[in-house]
Amino acid sequence: MSEFILKMNHIVKSFPGVKVLDDVTLRVRAGEVHALMGENGAGKSTLMKILMGIYSADAGEVVMNGQPLRARNPREAMDRGVAMIHQELNPILDMQVFENIYVGRERKQGILVDKKRMIRETRELLENLNIDISPTAYMRDLSVAQCQLIEIVKAISVNAKVVVMDEPTSAITEHEVETLFTQIRRLKSEGVAIIYISHKMDEIFQICDTITVLRDGKFIGTDAASNMNNDQLIRMMVGRDITEVFPKTEAEIGGIALEVKNLSYGRQVKNVSFTLRHGEVLGIAGLVGAGRSELVETIFGMRQKSGGEVLIGGKPVNVTHPRHAIAHRIALITEDRKFTGLNLVGSVAENITLVNLKKLFPSGLIDRKKENEIANRYIGELSIKTPGTAQLVGNLSGGNQQKVVIAKWLLTDPDIIILDEPTRGIDVGAKRDIYLLIGEMVKQGKAVIVISSEIPEVMGLSDRIIVLAEGRLTGEIERADFTQERIMTYAAQFGERKE
Amino acid sequence: MSTVKSKSFLKNFGLIIIFLVLVAILAIISGGAFVKPGNLISVLKQTAVNGILAMGMTFVIISNGIDLSVGSTVGLTGVIACMLAHPAAGSTTGAGQFPLLVPILAALAVGALIGALNGVGIAYGAIPPFIVTLGSMTIVRGLALIISGGSPVFGVTGSFEAIASLKPFSIPILAVYLVIVAAICAFVLQKTVFGRHVYAIGGNEVAASVSGINVKKVRVLVYMIAGLLAGFCGLLVASRTITGAPTAGQSYEMDAIAATVIGGVSMSGGSGKWHGVVIGALMIAVIANGLDIMRVDSNWQPVIKGLIIIFAVLMDIRSKGKKA
Repeated sequence: MSEFILKMNHIVKSFPGVKVLDDVTLRVRAGEVHALMGENGAGKSTLMKILMGIYSADAGEVVMNGQPLRARNPREAMDRGVAMIHQELNPILDMQVFENIYVGRERKQGILVDKKRMIRETRELLENLNIDISPTAYMRDLSVAQCQLIEIVKAISVNAKVVVMDEPTSAITEHEVETLFTQIRRLKSEGVAIIYISHKMDEIFQICDTITVLRDGKFIGTDAASNMNNDQLIRMMVGRDITEVFPKTEAEIGGIALEVKNLSYGRQVKNVSFTLRHGEVLGIAGLVGAGRSELVETIFGMRQKSGGEVLIGGKPVNVTHPRHAIAHRIALITEDRKFTGLNLVGSVAENITLVNLKKLFPSGLIDRKKENEIANRYIGELSIKTPGTAQLVGNLSGGNQQKVVIAKWLLTDPDIIILDEPTRGIDVGAKRDIYLLIGEMVKQGKAVIVISSEIPEVMGLSDRIIVLAEGRLTGEIERADFTQERIMTYAAQFGERKE
Repeated sequence: MSTVKSKSFLKNFGLIIIFLVLVAILAIISGGAFVKPGNLISVLKQTAVNGILAMGMTFVIISNGIDLSVGSTVGLTGVIACMLAHPAAGSTTGAGQFPLLVPILAALAVGALIGALNGVGIAYGAIPPFIVTLGSMTIVRGLALIISGGSPVFGVTGSFEAIASLKPFSIPILAVYLVIVAAICAFVLQKTVFGRHVYAIGGNEVAASVSGINVKKVRVLVYMIAGLLAGFCGLLVASRTITGAPTAGQSYEMDAIAATVIGGVSMSGGSGKWHGVVIGALMIAVIANGLDIMRVDSNWQPVIKGLIIIFAVLMDIRSKGKKA
């Protein structure tokens, strides 16, 4: 085995009141894919932020290529050959691809920016990597997966020796994951070390050579991936056994709650019809861009339908704003909690009660004591990890933020609950909590729609699955007939064909 | 995982300390003249108009907007109020040509109307607040000049003059107005569902809309509040100076924004507390007053004021431990 290219030795880091990293050691060899595993809150992100110079460690050392590395900002880390591809990408949307790759280190000719050279070099990079994106395309027009590929190109262009990937597959489709893995293998063969953070077990075993596990800020162990299996890994991460990955609650399926007839939204949703019953979990599967989110957002009034109708309890309804949908007791837990779900600068209590303020306080005056009682009830019921109701939501981990969104909508006591990618980027424990909650919902006779890009998840949770491709409904499958292949076949049905 | 404790006490404490340090410095440099009761009362008086404007600006900035038109609104509403407050022809009793309520309501209504138009442009026209209110700032100033014929409007009744000059229990009434307005605004922001909605749309407009809030309506109301308070200030300025000057209130919006920002209201919306803004407004008045009694060259005063504003905000950010 080759030498360690990166050593993070005995790192300690505290925030006011909490020790988030307690003597953590991570050693990465050149040319390996090293998984960094742990539940949300285990300290993975903090460790990586120390590596990138976003935080400074209280104790311990970072050694890169035999030399101590004390980066004070990501720029310095990058100069030493460490690059990070963040979970939430922040591309500058009004920039073109080549500008984004060279931002902050523009190629110059004299004092002028050498645009031609940057475009040429970007094109070469993209061609070498077999990525079919134009160097002059605008970032705004790229998909999440494409933006991610551009980040990888950027890392390659700075000659990074260590590339950190934080949940790189959380927002991309299976096909795109393959493209990503091809690039990872290529980087590996060139001696680049990858630190890979993911909650998806199958990926870890597919792509990673070595696994380091953290739990509650402590180092639990490092071992070759081939020496471990799924159950062992989960046990190391959560400190206990988790059985039954998708606990399916059997509920009695009742009458029709929601009926959608020939619903269209521009070119993104075309003539989609389906029904949803009380006590039923309906899965919506499809590739990214198939129109799944657009479909539910149109039902919810976030988008204005261009045709068709929606019936609730058998009656046609006209929903042109989310408040109309809420009045019809629909709840939508949106795909992107930071953009559409939460007020990150608001407190946990303020976020939980936001939709219900008028109902809770009909006089228009907020009773903070009552508000905090309600918030505390949901913090308890959903086991939201927060120091208190006044904590800003932006300071919570992803899984707990997601639970705050769910709490907010459960408080509206909805009949129809739509969850769009409810477990994206959250840890095993929180995922399980959310699966159990979905079971609880249908038990109470609520009708549930779940959108997920993770096929095993949507299969595990649903009673029935509808599949979209290019905005069209291409297939409907009952639970007894679920297979991954069937779903994928429907999801890849492009063109005018229909079942 | 980063368990940030609630530091709100420390945050406000930081701003208060900066304020007290400033007062202490001025007291020492001025040889005690600054802290004489008479002078402190005049500081309160000087704070009133800017403080009231800043309360309106607080709503606007918390909702992630900006209102540049409030200074012009002060000018226009002052002119309108004075035109409606002339003494009746031939009256010996000092009675007005209209009842006192007419100029008062007119100033408030015109202010609220300007605010409503700003709000409609911003919420329904989807034009950036900076642009809409920059435009209305110019338009409203122009209207003030047009209806006044370009020169100040003089000649108001004694009861109109009394609006800003009464001294119940020898407290200047302007200070009383400030306290009342601040109390109402504090109540609305902290205790009502509407106030919560203002914070919510400033924190994340899309999430607020998805949560069923009628974001457009809230926006219009927010700008109406700022306009209404600007109309009230127009009335106060006109009464205090017994003149409806079409040029009154110029650059008042900047002092109001400064007070709001010094007070810790985030320019990116969603956070900030009313009490910080009150201190911010006091700080601006203290600086102006302190420099006056120290007989600092009036040309240098704006420079020093600007530096103190930047320094105060810098200290405040540091004391909150915000990341740059």
